[in-house]
Amino acid sequence: MRRSYFRAPLLPYLLVAPQLVFTLVFFYWPAVQGVYQSLLLQDPFGLRTSFAGLANFAAVLGDSHYLNAVRVTAVFSVAVVAGAMLLGLVLAAAAAQPLRGVAVYRTLLVWPYAVAPAVAAALWLFLAHPSVGIVGRALVRWGTGWDYTLHGGHALVLVVVASVWSRVAYNFVFFLAGLQSIPGSLLEAAQVDGATWFQTFRRVVLPLLAPTTFFLLVVNALYSLFDTFAVVHALTKGGPGKATETLIYKVYVDGVVNLNLGSSSAQSVLLLMVAVVLTTLQFRFLERRVHYG
Amino acid sequence: MRSSRNPSHTGGTLVAPAAWAGVRWPHLRRRVRFLPAHLALLAGVMLFAFPVYVAFVASTAELPEVTSGTLRLVPGVHGAENYWKAFVLGTGERIRGTPMARAMLNSLGVALGVALGKIVLSVLSAYGIVFFDFRWRAPAFWLIFLTLMLPVEVRIIPTYKVASDLHLVDTYAGLILPLTVSATGTLLFRQFFLTVPDELVDAAKMDGAGPLRFLWSVLLPVSRTTVAALFVVLFIYGWNQYLWPLLVTTSADKEVVVVAITKMIGTGEALVDWPVIMASALLALLPPTLVIVTLQRWFVRGLTETEK
Repeated sequence: MRRSYFRAPLLPYLLVAPQLVFTLVFFYWPAVQGVYQSLLLQDPFGLRTSFAGLANFAAVLGDSHYLNAVRVTAVFSVAVVAGAMLLGLVLAAAAAQPLRGVAVYRTLLVWPYAVAPAVAAALWLFLAHPSVGIVGRALVRWGTGWDYTLHGGHALVLVVVASVWSRVAYNFVFFLAGLQSIPGSLLEAAQVDGATWFQTFRRVVLPLLAPTTFFLLVVNALYSLFDTFAVVHALTKGGPGKATETLIYKVYVDGVVNLNLGSSSAQSVLLLMVAVVLTTLQFRFLERRVHYG
Repeated sequence: MRSSRNPSHTGGTLVAPAAWAGVRWPHLRRRVRFLPAHLALLAGVMLFAFPVYVAFVASTAELPEVTSGTLRLVPGVHGAENYWKAFVLGTGERIRGTPMARAMLNSLGVALGVALGKIVLSVLSAYGIVFFDFRWRAPAFWLIFLTLMLPVEVRIIPTYKVASDLHLVDTYAGLILPLTVSATGTLLFRQFFLTVPDELVDAAKMDGAGPLRFLWSVLLPVSRTTVAALFVVLFIYGWNQYLWPLLVTTSADKEVVVVAITKMIGTGEALVDWPVIMASALLALLPPTLVIVTLQRWFVRGLTETEK
């Protein structure tokens, strides 16, 4: 903590005020509205509202479409988190070696972070299109019957591939930073002891990477819960049927398209609870890391 | 790292490193040893580049080549007209969108507005919280800190309601202001400010510098790399926003690039003007990619520090 402060009666309040005003107007006020809305029941014409208690939540949790969205989100999240982390780790492990041209490799592996998920979706849509896409046509030629506009499974694969593609760079950056912070003397010691490359990786590198791995696990989970709206919206609009309707996409469809505010708000509040749990986990871990560090 | 992986080490083989010392082909051993790493990296580079390369080929092709599925993986000669249509006209066969020139300008405005707005708000609030001892300091910090828990997507509909009450729908202010709220910047600057030694504050006081003078002439200059790193990350964040712009803009002349492109694609019919769409997509990803590639060092720093 600091010993030396400036003294001024009004100035600190003026300094903090802009951020606080924005936070209250665009953050806490909508959040309160959302929670309030989730407790109200509206007739289909939006003319009358009545207090409904937890009826919206009960309706949401009993709705088979919602449970479908939970299932889709689970499959999607596990696939995206695992895919992006594994690829990111492998690439980072390779890029941490003293290779010739390693700086060029790093640049060529970092840039996809700049591509908006929706633009990545557009690129993959064009590749995977069953009648104009290069990959899509090849898949059709090989007799797979590929058509992501007809088959739910195909659509889910496409959404996962586009998301992983746009997410690997992020994991690469963090794994590489984690690998570079491992002291070289530890790796040398392992080699002097006669450990093979794999043994060193398994017994020395991975345990030391555990904080980075855990951090990425949480952040990727948050990402696959919230930030994938763009990929789904740009690629499949949740279809075919409801095969790629994730939880966040359903919040949007029910609130903006179907104008069912009560249900949409209840879904938001449920998602919010998951976000709070995940973020708390992240901070608990950060505290621990500080103690260790 | 670099020095630790001395290529003359032989790992787990039974031959002692010394036995290799006189051998004349260490280069070969080195190459073989790092071959898997090179292969993995090349595969990754190609995986990332492939969709963009195909998009580039399509953006230089003629529409019938694409719709008939006879597109070759070699660039064509129709690039000029496709990029003209995408950038200036915003129209093509069966598509009618916002010209990329307009949409890119909008995205640039949003990216700069979000980045600068967040930096100004968070520098001021972090300065107040770290360098002043005032009564509502802890509550103010916690109010800001807790916003980390709520991604914009979760409260999107009530936020839209607020924006509409404030007559911000379909305005640039409505596009930018709600996206400037977040705790990450404040936390990053707070962390950095806490490392600024007390002696600097005492010296400023002794020289008779007031708090604002200290902020401007001492603190901001020593924070400039942190500002630069955060700017790069926030610029990308602002440029790539999707859900909020999709909701809050209704007129085509305020559309940002990312939204403009998915609107052109629509339901993804086979016969839309893919060359023009792919030209637009490449134009959309070019500015943020250039920012990352040229400012890579700051970008990596900004990313790893804001998130941790």
